[in-house]
Amino acid sequence: MIQLLVFLPLLAAIVAGLGGRIIGNVPAKAVTTASLFISCALAWPIFLGYLSGSSEAQVAHVLTWIVSGDLKVDWALRVDTLTAVMLVVVTTVSALVHLYSWGYMAEDPSQPRFFAYLSLFTFAMLMLVTSDNLVQMFFGWEGVGLASYLLIGFWYHKPSANAAAIKAFVVNRVGDFGFSLGIFGTFLVFGTVSIPAILEAAPGMAGSTIGFLGYRVDTMTLLCLLLFVGAMGKSAQLGLHTWLPDAMEGPTPVSALIHAATMVTAGVFMVCRLSPMFETSHAALTVVTYVGAATALFAATVGTTQTDIKRVIAYSTCSQLGYMFFAAGVGAYGAAMFHLFTHAFFKALLFLGAGSVIHAMHHEQDMRFYGGLRKSIPWTFAAMTAGTLAITGVGIIDVFGFAGFYSKDAIIESAYASATQAGGIAFFVGIFAALLTSFYSWRLVFLTFFGTPRWAASEHIQHAVHDAHGHGHDHDHDHGHAQHQQDADHVAPDEGAGHEPTAHDPGAEDVVHGTAGYHPHESPIPMMIPLGVLSLGAIFAGFVFAGAFVGADAGEHFWKGAIAFNEHLVHASHEVPLWVKLSPGIVMLIGLLTAWMAYIRDPSIPGRFTATFRGLYSFLLHKWYWDELYDFVFVKPAFAIGRFLWKRGDQGTIDRFGPDGISWVVSATGAAARRLQSGYVYTYALVMLLGLAGLATWAMVR
Amino acid sequence: MSFPILSLLLAVPVLGAIACLFVDDATARRVALITTLVDLALGVVLWVGYDPAGAQWQFVENAPVFGRFAWALGIDGIAMLLIVLTVFLMPICILASWESITKRVPEYMACFLVMETLLLGVFMAQDIFLFYLFFEAGLIPMYLIIGIWGGARRIYASYKFFLYTLLGSILMLIAMLWMVNEAGTTYVPELMAHDFPVHAQTWLFLAFFASFAVKMPMWPVHTWLPDAHVEAPTAGSVILAGVMLKLAGYGFIRYSLPMFPEASSQFFWLVMGLSMIAVVYTSLVALVQTDMKKLIAYSSVAHMAFVTIGLFTFNRQGLEGAMMVMLGHGLVSGALFLCVGVVYDRLHTREIARYGGLVENMPKYAFFFLLFTMASVGLPGTSNFVGEFLSLLGAYHANSWVAFVATTGVILGATYALYLYARVVYGPLDKPDVAAMLDLSPREVAMLLPIGIIVIWMGVYPESFIAPMRADVGRVIARIERAAPPSDARPTAGHPAPAGHAANNVAAHGEAH
Repeated sequence: MIQLLVFLPLLAAIVAGLGGRIIGNVPAKAVTTASLFISCALAWPIFLGYLSGSSEAQVAHVLTWIVSGDLKVDWALRVDTLTAVMLVVVTTVSALVHLYSWGYMAEDPSQPRFFAYLSLFTFAMLMLVTSDNLVQMFFGWEGVGLASYLLIGFWYHKPSANAAAIKAFVVNRVGDFGFSLGIFGTFLVFGTVSIPAILEAAPGMAGSTIGFLGYRVDTMTLLCLLLFVGAMGKSAQLGLHTWLPDAMEGPTPVSALIHAATMVTAGVFMVCRLSPMFETSHAALTVVTYVGAATALFAATVGTTQTDIKRVIAYSTCSQLGYMFFAAGVGAYGAAMFHLFTHAFFKALLFLGAGSVIHAMHHEQDMRFYGGLRKSIPWTFAAMTAGTLAITGVGIIDVFGFAGFYSKDAIIESAYASATQAGGIAFFVGIFAALLTSFYSWRLVFLTFFGTPRWAASEHIQHAVHDAHGHGHDHDHDHGHAQHQQDADHVAPDEGAGHEPTAHDPGAEDVVHGTAGYHPHESPIPMMIPLGVLSLGAIFAGFVFAGAFVGADAGEHFWKGAIAFNEHLVHASHEVPLWVKLSPGIVMLIGLLTAWMAYIRDPSIPGRFTATFRGLYSFLLHKWYWDELYDFVFVKPAFAIGRFLWKRGDQGTIDRFGPDGISWVVSATGAAARRLQSGYVYTYALVMLLGLAGLATWAMVR
Repeated sequence: MSFPILSLLLAVPVLGAIACLFVDDATARRVALITTLVDLALGVVLWVGYDPAGAQWQFVENAPVFGRFAWALGIDGIAMLLIVLTVFLMPICILASWESITKRVPEYMACFLVMETLLLGVFMAQDIFLFYLFFEAGLIPMYLIIGIWGGARRIYASYKFFLYTLLGSILMLIAMLWMVNEAGTTYVPELMAHDFPVHAQTWLFLAFFASFAVKMPMWPVHTWLPDAHVEAPTAGSVILAGVMLKLAGYGFIRYSLPMFPEASSQFFWLVMGLSMIAVVYTSLVALVQTDMKKLIAYSSVAHMAFVTIGLFTFNRQGLEGAMMVMLGHGLVSGALFLCVGVVYDRLHTREIARYGGLVENMPKYAFFFLLFTMASVGLPGTSNFVGEFLSLLGAYHANSWVAFVATTGVILGATYALYLYARVVYGPLDKPDVAAMLDLSPREVAMLLPIGIIVIWMGVYPESFIAPMRADVGRVIARIERAAPPSDARPTAGHPAPAGHAANNVAAHGEAH
């Protein structure tokens, strides 16, 4: 059963990818979508089995992979509670995204390729979450990286998309560099790459030391941190996050599936999967906590200034992943996984909702050219609102709350309850980030759906209106967008703000108001069904599953040792002071109120604010200058050094004093050189070798 | 085995080469293709007939010629795999030359067939002088192929190629003469078991190293390779990258390691240091290349550094990884040169900037190019992952510095390879002559598809390829492990708060490596 669940998407990807041109668009789309719905239908009973407590962990062996001495790696599918959670997340969101893409990608010329990539991604992700050993996890890890690369660069004629795709792959490779070394080190220490065997042996290695690059360091800390570097890359944590916002170059369904709900959570999954290992190193957990908290804060601050709707949600994702990591860092793996679970639903919903808005607005992604859309696309508005209620964590204690209310609050309370210094800092950071989350999330909703239409200044809308009056709809699906992107240098920070060189914050008075005669339409049914289903998830997922994931008693029963479930911490997190429980709700209201003041009540506030705090605004708008820093420190030097080594090293030194030098000496000393260089070299070589052979023979028979 | 299948493998291409010289162009092509296919069939018979659990040397032939010089052939699993790689790539090379070579076709085909014999001979030879003859003579057809059918700067390239290899060859020959005198035999299996005096090993090792380092090629004696590749015709590049670069790796595992274990350990840092430099240095150089072939050539130097690293780890994962890198790189770099050849045949330029947007009009090509690019960057599920992973895993066992520096190669490798792919295949299709290019012909698919299948096969089920070499790698390990340099990464035993019994087992295991 699990084999079918995992390999069906691969089969579908092959059929659609290699046979798409033969079988045509609709069959290719049908095959992939159907296979995903079958996988999804297989995944839910597995999950429910663990939810009811009737299923036990099991491993299905598929094939031997690599055997080299003590290293034995199998292709095997492991299913336990942790996997089951991921299975439903991956297959559900993937199936819905497949369906959604029927509508969203309807005009695209290479739909089979798109659907094949989506299914390929799903397969790789399933291999990742079902892995029983670190090497298969790495296979899935790099496999989702490949699919992500292909999908970010799906619109390959856009230079910005290509650059983003390469960036995503390479930055992830930096993470994989750490992951690889982590696997090597783990094998060195434990003599196996089997995850259950490692987890069993890990506690016994606490306190051990190991040599690494000339230092003696704590063994478990080293291994955990190396592996965590991999998690940081895949989950876009601070330092290795720069690829994620650029990944928004991919079609929006991709952003929802890969860059929000599934792939980017792989790092969190990894840390939870290896949680008994991380538990052996206090230092490593502290690092995880700080990195997570820093990311949560950083991404939330940047999210408040972005104007591209997808980038706001991308930074939001980055920030929420930070929450999951610091939850794991303080030992609340159940809360981390719970937030991963609910986040998958509401973040996929927000992205697909954004896609629906973009679809309605003729590929305009800049929120400064939105406004007043709630009347034109009411269903999308409703779905986005559900998603926003979920992410901002709206709810009343002990009554009902949207999904994020349960999962985010569980994280914040666990951080407080952990009673460590890192946990304490993470708690306050988490509260502040929640305030920002509420602000930027409601800002998105207000800018998009409220106020008066500001569509007239959008090039995309002008294109649309222009096309509607006499010209055929003859350009590519994303033609206008490509034009728009080419204007801006793809590494320049202003890419979300292509229309105006001096990126004013939305709400400034100089934005042209009006609809330009454009009439946005609600998206077709295949796009609306996923929005509906995910809305249900965003509303109810927290309420329904909170007990199982983070309940004190039910949690132990549910996880069955799949993660290091700290029952003591869970109890403590339920007994935090009232002000701790109330804080997330209060900051949420403050954020909402601020957003309402700034974008509905008095739209001149953002302009005045940015004018007053120009330095801070610029710092946030340019995303803390990470891209500029990396460009300066890594990208430019790499090319410069490469050029230097080539010209000065290979040509200027090695060749000059090597073969060219010898040739010069020879030609300066005698006529032999002329023969050498006029083509007699072959004869020369032959004679030389025959001579040597003769010499050898002579030496032997002598 | 009584049937001399190895001699037959060597004789068939020679006969084909002679036949080629007496027929017209079209027939010569067909004769060459049939000849190489026959050898491929023989190679498959060899693979199937090889018994991994059997004797170390199989299919042995031994006929004295004169003096101590004997026609001694025989293979172990390591040699068998490289022979199969060679006979597999040869028909593909003939197909690659089918339309692009129009000048002196019979001579060209004869050259290739003779080269096949000589290359196969290197892997079969059990007499050290026979090995030397094949090893050096194999270069002559390659000089000719570059010098006669090569590009504009072919003379310079072949001259450089020749000059580099010359010095090493002489030193190696002198070392061989000394060894034969010392051990009293030219028979390679006996030499492999002979314990040369430790002080002599140093010089013998260096003499062999002079030859192997150039052919590998290792930094800093690698600069002949980019020029040779650039000037060579496509099929020449395929053989150069696919088989010729493997001769030195084979030399290390067959000669340097088992014959000079102490010296190999003594020069651990020489080999590792040069390899670590090569990984970083040539990857950065590859990044700034504007010529497709040069880029892939430099990437080959970086990839071959994974081979030398794996070989000198003194452990099983490293050695098996090195072998897998050799096989994987042989296929993948060969395929990448074929991919360059495909577009070169259409546009007659290797300038990367002249291309762009090929996925639009050449989707099949884009697919294969992507597959091989991904294999080249070591994506799990492809051949190169298995090799690189094992090699680097072994490297970590040997020394954490080596593993740390060498693993950066996976980042740099992804950078230059994807950057190349994006510039050629993606981007707008805005050049009229590029837009007019046709997708792969059936002949070209027939070249790339078999490689693609095997690349995946090696990535998903490498056991087919590791199993035949397992016992032989074990024999090399048994020979060299006494000299293994100490690792810097040994973990101490843990002391967990509640005493766990697992700790002792684990620690014991850690010490064992």
